[in-house]
Amino acid sequence: MRQAIVIGGGLHGLSTALHLARTPGWQVTLLERRHVGRHSSGVNAGGVRRLGRDLREIALSVVAAEMWRNITALVGDDCGFRATGQVKVAESAADMAKNEERVRAVRALGWTHEEMVDQAELRRLLPAIAPHAVGALVTRDDGSADPMRTVMAFRAAAERAGVAIIEGIAVTGLRAGAAGSIVVETDQGEHAAERVANCAGAWATAVAGMVGEAIPCGVKASMMIVTERLPPFCEPTVGATARSLSFKQTASGTVVIGGGHQGRNDVAAESATVLFGSLAQAARITAELFPCTAGARIVRSWAGIEARTADEVPIIGESRAMPGLFHSFGFSGHGFQLSPAAGAAVAELLARGATNLPIAAFHQDRFKQAA
Amino acid sequence: MSDVDVLVLGAGPAGMAAATEARSRGLSVLLLDENALPGGQIHRAVESRAAKDAQDRDGAALVTAFRASGTDYRPGATLWAVEPGGKVFWSEAGAARSITAGRLILCAGATERPLPIPGWTLPGVMSVGAAQIALKSAGLVPEGRVWIAGQGPLLLLYAAQALDRGGRLAGIIDLSPAGAFSRAARHLPRALMAPEYLLRGLQWERRIRAAGVPIRRAARIAAEGEGRLTRILVDGLPEPADLLLLHDGVVPNTQVTRAIAGCAHEWDPAQRCFRPVLDAWGNTSVEGVMVAGDSGGIGGGRAAALAGRLAAIEAARALGRLSRDQRDAVAGRTRLELNRQMAPRAFLDALFPPLPPAAIADATILCRCEEVTAGRVRQAVALGCLGANQTKAFTRAGMGPCQGRICGPAVHGVVAAARGVDPAGVDPFRTRFPTKPLTLGELAALAG
Repeated sequence: MRQAIVIGGGLHGLSTALHLARTPGWQVTLLERRHVGRHSSGVNAGGVRRLGRDLREIALSVVAAEMWRNITALVGDDCGFRATGQVKVAESAADMAKNEERVRAVRALGWTHEEMVDQAELRRLLPAIAPHAVGALVTRDDGSADPMRTVMAFRAAAERAGVAIIEGIAVTGLRAGAAGSIVVETDQGEHAAERVANCAGAWATAVAGMVGEAIPCGVKASMMIVTERLPPFCEPTVGATARSLSFKQTASGTVVIGGGHQGRNDVAAESATVLFGSLAQAARITAELFPCTAGARIVRSWAGIEARTADEVPIIGESRAMPGLFHSFGFSGHGFQLSPAAGAAVAELLARGATNLPIAAFHQDRFKQAA
Repeated sequence: MSDVDVLVLGAGPAGMAAATEARSRGLSVLLLDENALPGGQIHRAVESRAAKDAQDRDGAALVTAFRASGTDYRPGATLWAVEPGGKVFWSEAGAARSITAGRLILCAGATERPLPIPGWTLPGVMSVGAAQIALKSAGLVPEGRVWIAGQGPLLLLYAAQALDRGGRLAGIIDLSPAGAFSRAARHLPRALMAPEYLLRGLQWERRIRAAGVPIRRAARIAAEGEGRLTRILVDGLPEPADLLLLHDGVVPNTQVTRAIAGCAHEWDPAQRCFRPVLDAWGNTSVEGVMVAGDSGGIGGGRAAALAGRLAAIEAARALGRLSRDQRDAVAGRTRLELNRQMAPRAFLDALFPPLPPAAIADATILCRCEEVTAGRVRQAVALGCLGANQTKAFTRAGMGPCQGRICGPAVHGVVAAARGVDPAGVDPFRTRFPTKPLTLGELAALAG
């Protein structure tokens, strides 16, 4: 058997490990410093969204959407996926014009999943929306899933496929071994493998640094709010054209609010702190778009750490410093939906050095060209 | 720059003593407390009752000094967040507010360890602590066929208090395993440094026996009824019941400290609970954040007041009002007395060990907010969940409005027992601000 190691037990690491373990001839070991799904994979908003993606990401996102539709076939559990739609609310004529421009750009590339709707259709989709909202951009068969349930389903599927998952182990170094192999040094001994995937999220640049490769990539700590359970009033996941919001009512009735409002992150301490002055903006936007939520009690808030690239599009590609090492990180706050397809692509890169999946735009070399 | 020198959370003995001491050292003090009146749980409504024992007299003296101290006292104020740098957020009269403090002294007291039994979510079943609040603040004496079950000194104290006020009890079910006294006996000599604790316990027991209330030892108890409690099963034998009060000791209220990034907590094997790591003055591992009283480890009301005083003296040093030598000199007698008050702790901890989580049946609900059973939690462990936080994400246990305040110790204990490992190595629920619910509208009003 050929040996591969995946560094990082987030959703992208699990998905990569799962797909590679299903490729005949590969034995996969996944190393996770804390526990599987510890950071943003387990605590994100769970948006399964093609709507509004960077034009370079749409092709992979469309592949991923197809996989989400059949997610049970992939991992043996529905991951709480519901195709309840994604709606980006327009609050002004300027917003509507922006949305029209967007739809034209997406259609010019041949994609038809994004659609403009007027005020009447918006009200039908979102009966609780504030009166000032004038229309929206909609993808009707996008939706959302349960992040932790998804993590656990990918974990269970990976283990059934033969992946050895080791938690509580920290990677401390990488070096070239004998006969083209890579030696992964950890705080609990060494592992040798022919291929290594770097899926370490906010800590992935440190892993790249272990082979002397400097990849420019920042960190974000998006904050989230969850309220008490409310009677059902909103089916789709909701965003806004001109303001930062991600809003969804879960199947249990709680309302989950995000939108990229940033808390304080401490990568070295592996912790993120909520800043309420900034989180108050998310609360205000929510209360303005859905007046019925103003009296809802917040029961919890949190922030999850992850990597953010300069152009907010991920990095997927082979290391320029160590052949056999492949990077997959920097999903910048919207990697959840991409994870089934990105993992398949990275697994192919590991197994045969190439893939037909549309990831060419994601190589880290793009930052060199820009510089 | 700080808006106030010291912010104290909680107007129990630790908080009142800390505020009073800090004011006497020339510091400005803001004190937030959820209740309408000072006193905390132990001295609840002490101003409106005639003092009838040493504990009441302690409480009255603390409240009088606190009221006269010049503290900016905010009753009815709920703290819901602490940010790095000493910024504190709270709600008062329906509005969110914030302030930056030079030092925080958190005196959040204790919470009851939950005692999950079959049927404990039925109306008619409540905790002894909740019954004690009703008794102290509203003079509500339990009516009908009232049973008290569990273990711990509060069981006997509440029974004695209820009997003193004319209450009637059907019986007390002692669920503690036999032999606790002999296991505790080696700690007895040290406990006699503060013999008043043991004498009080004996007085309570005498009071209960004199009233003819039976104290029965049992291994299992369950609550039953259609829509509300009508009977209890004591080791399978039915007894008619209108009210069942449960208790399994108290644990430090660490809801706020666990939500502060970088604030280290440790497992206390004797009290079987997590508590913040504190130095001898009450400093946590986070600069500027201090803890005093039961929320730093159970020690009782007298120890809490002494710890509050020490924390305030240390805060005066940190804020430049005292040198180290002055601080040590000023604190000397308070520290000696604190050591004396803590002397019986090892004996009491050994005498009242909490009930074993492994004994909780699979069908019994652990998390009331989300209705998650012990069996579901054990299933999550079998699927690979290593700690309480993974279990929370997987089962929703601890995700409701109480943020695991009620079920936290039970979920943690069941996870550790199911894994067969030392509870010290199993993470407790991380809590998240807001640690008390506030509305979206209240938070939105903070946006400029």
